[in-house]
Amino acid sequence: MTVQKHEYNTESVTSRNQARISGFKRSWYMFSRNKISVVGLVAVSFMVLLALFERFIAPYPSHAGPYVDFANANIAPCKEFLFGTDQYGRDVLSRIIFSIRNALTMGIGVLCVAAPIGTIMGLLAGYTKGRLISTIIMRVVDIFLSLPSLVLALAVSAMLNPTLFNSMMAITFSWWAWYARLVYGTASSVRNEYYIQSAKLMGAGLGHIIFREVLPNCSSTILTKMTLDMGIVILMGAALSFVGLGEQPPNPALGTMIADGYKFLPNMWWLTVFPALAIMMIVLAFNLLGDGISDMLNAGEV
Amino acid sequence: MKEMLIFILKRLGWSVFVLIGLSILIFCIARIIPGDPGVMALGTRATPEALEQYRIDNFLYESLPRQYIHWFEGAVKGNFGVSTQTRREVALDIKEFLPATLELILFAAILEIVGGILLGALSARYPGEVIDNSVRVASYLGIATPAFVWAIMFMLIFAFVWPILPAIGRIDVPKPPPYTGFLLLDSLLAGNLIAFWDAFKHLIMPGTALALTGVAQAARMTRTSMMENLSKDYVGAEIAAGIPMRRVILQYVLRPAATPTVSIVALDIAAMLGNAFLVEVIFSYPGISKYGINAILNKDLNAIVAVVLVIGITFLIVNIIVDIIASYLDPRIRLQGGDS
Repeated sequence: MTVQKHEYNTESVTSRNQARISGFKRSWYMFSRNKISVVGLVAVSFMVLLALFERFIAPYPSHAGPYVDFANANIAPCKEFLFGTDQYGRDVLSRIIFSIRNALTMGIGVLCVAAPIGTIMGLLAGYTKGRLISTIIMRVVDIFLSLPSLVLALAVSAMLNPTLFNSMMAITFSWWAWYARLVYGTASSVRNEYYIQSAKLMGAGLGHIIFREVLPNCSSTILTKMTLDMGIVILMGAALSFVGLGEQPPNPALGTMIADGYKFLPNMWWLTVFPALAIMMIVLAFNLLGDGISDMLNAGEV
Repeated sequence: MKEMLIFILKRLGWSVFVLIGLSILIFCIARIIPGDPGVMALGTRATPEALEQYRIDNFLYESLPRQYIHWFEGAVKGNFGVSTQTRREVALDIKEFLPATLELILFAAILEIVGGILLGALSARYPGEVIDNSVRVASYLGIATPAFVWAIMFMLIFAFVWPILPAIGRIDVPKPPPYTGFLLLDSLLAGNLIAFWDAFKHLIMPGTALALTGVAQAARMTRTSMMENLSKDYVGAEIAAGIPMRRVILQYVLRPAATPTVSIVALDIAAMLGNAFLVEVIFSYPGISKYGINAILNKDLNAIVAVVLVIGITFLIVNIIVDIIASYLDPRIRLQGGDS
């Protein structure tokens, strides 16, 4: 792929505001160079809108809870119920729309806790490389990563009561170590740079050095990993709720819907196929967006 | 050869440390959960005497480090306690169910390596053509689709709509005598081809469901690194020397290009070990993951701890094997002694 040459005339920038605008334009150019990323952005925005305004968008908002209407149970997709109804007569489309919020909450919640914890650990271990504290942190990280994340998350959530919050905790518990290892690599490679030594000489404390001097080196890799992880975390959440360890019925969750529905294959295929497609779409959208963001943030390095 | 040996020994020593750490971690998680382990094991209607006896037998009155030491002493001898579900020794259960899962994972890993390298090599050979673009689209879909969704779709299509594959279980005909626990191997050893074919048919759907996510990624990885290698000078020299393209690729490019793919497969096997928990449940495949899910749903603590540890051990062994293969493919890894 050949990169079109664009001139960004920095000398003609006269104000801070103008610089900001031209910086934004440049980022947008980097992001939108690949049209697929824009598709991802549109799809993710659409899902966020669905999640925010679920009550107004879903055709039957009351069907997201303990609603029973046996007269309308097991209806195949038709004009009235686009994705059909389940064995209790609830509209599958409405339940999917409501479960998107759970999926997004899961992804955002896990990453917003796991990434900072992992980052702090990684910064600390990377900056103090060679000392005891660094060794301890990284050995603990190794132990956490010695088990497939999904297995660790399953084991932890098995010990807790099955709720959405607890399944988020379980995934966070098995996820932070990836960030620690990622940040450790960058942090340990920059710790001997001159600007860090000079900060140390000027009497800067540990907090200042790791957050103000070392962290900016890692921020783009962290952000890239976070956007790419969003899809994986949502998948893990779906897997946990599929087993019955996430959001509990009658509240809607994509994994639970599939787990309930696949027992009715092949006759009532719509109970399984539509939630499965919804998971695929959500994860695909986040992966596309993540690729775009990684193009944008790492543009200077390519 | 000597470097190789040191390399392997180093990895083994390191793995023992990690395993002990992992067992402490899992043990602590299993012990700090709310609720009385005695009541969980014996049920709410157990007599106080039985509960008391259970607590004494399981050292529940001692401090946590001492409890761990007791557990560790047992675990080294292969004693993980009794499962509350099957009312048998956990070690016996694991012995019965582990080979099934290993067989499944191995099958999926072979599918992934062969499929990934083949598709990757083809799309690197014909960039921008149909095969290349299909692999690209498939890799996006593959990453976005969880294994359990593939599993259900396969079941819908190949077991119900067009029933050519068995939907559940591991084998429908009488089992061959259990020499190894691996049905494919056992039936070959017994010369029972009917059992072999039946067991193989049972592996196809769960194995493919586990492998699909990885195949696409492995193919992409192989493609990237093959493209990189194809643009190197040595390839140009070989083409200039008149060596046919097929031979250049098979003999010279594939080996260095396969190294990153093999490392990716190690990561994918981790994902497979996790996904197997769901796929085995869907196909009622009697492996350790299905056993583990039952243990998880019933809070069968001894079984959970043992299953998690066994998965950890499996994953460590897989990593060591992959490292050995990678260092065979790329001697530089071996000479640097590997990281960690």
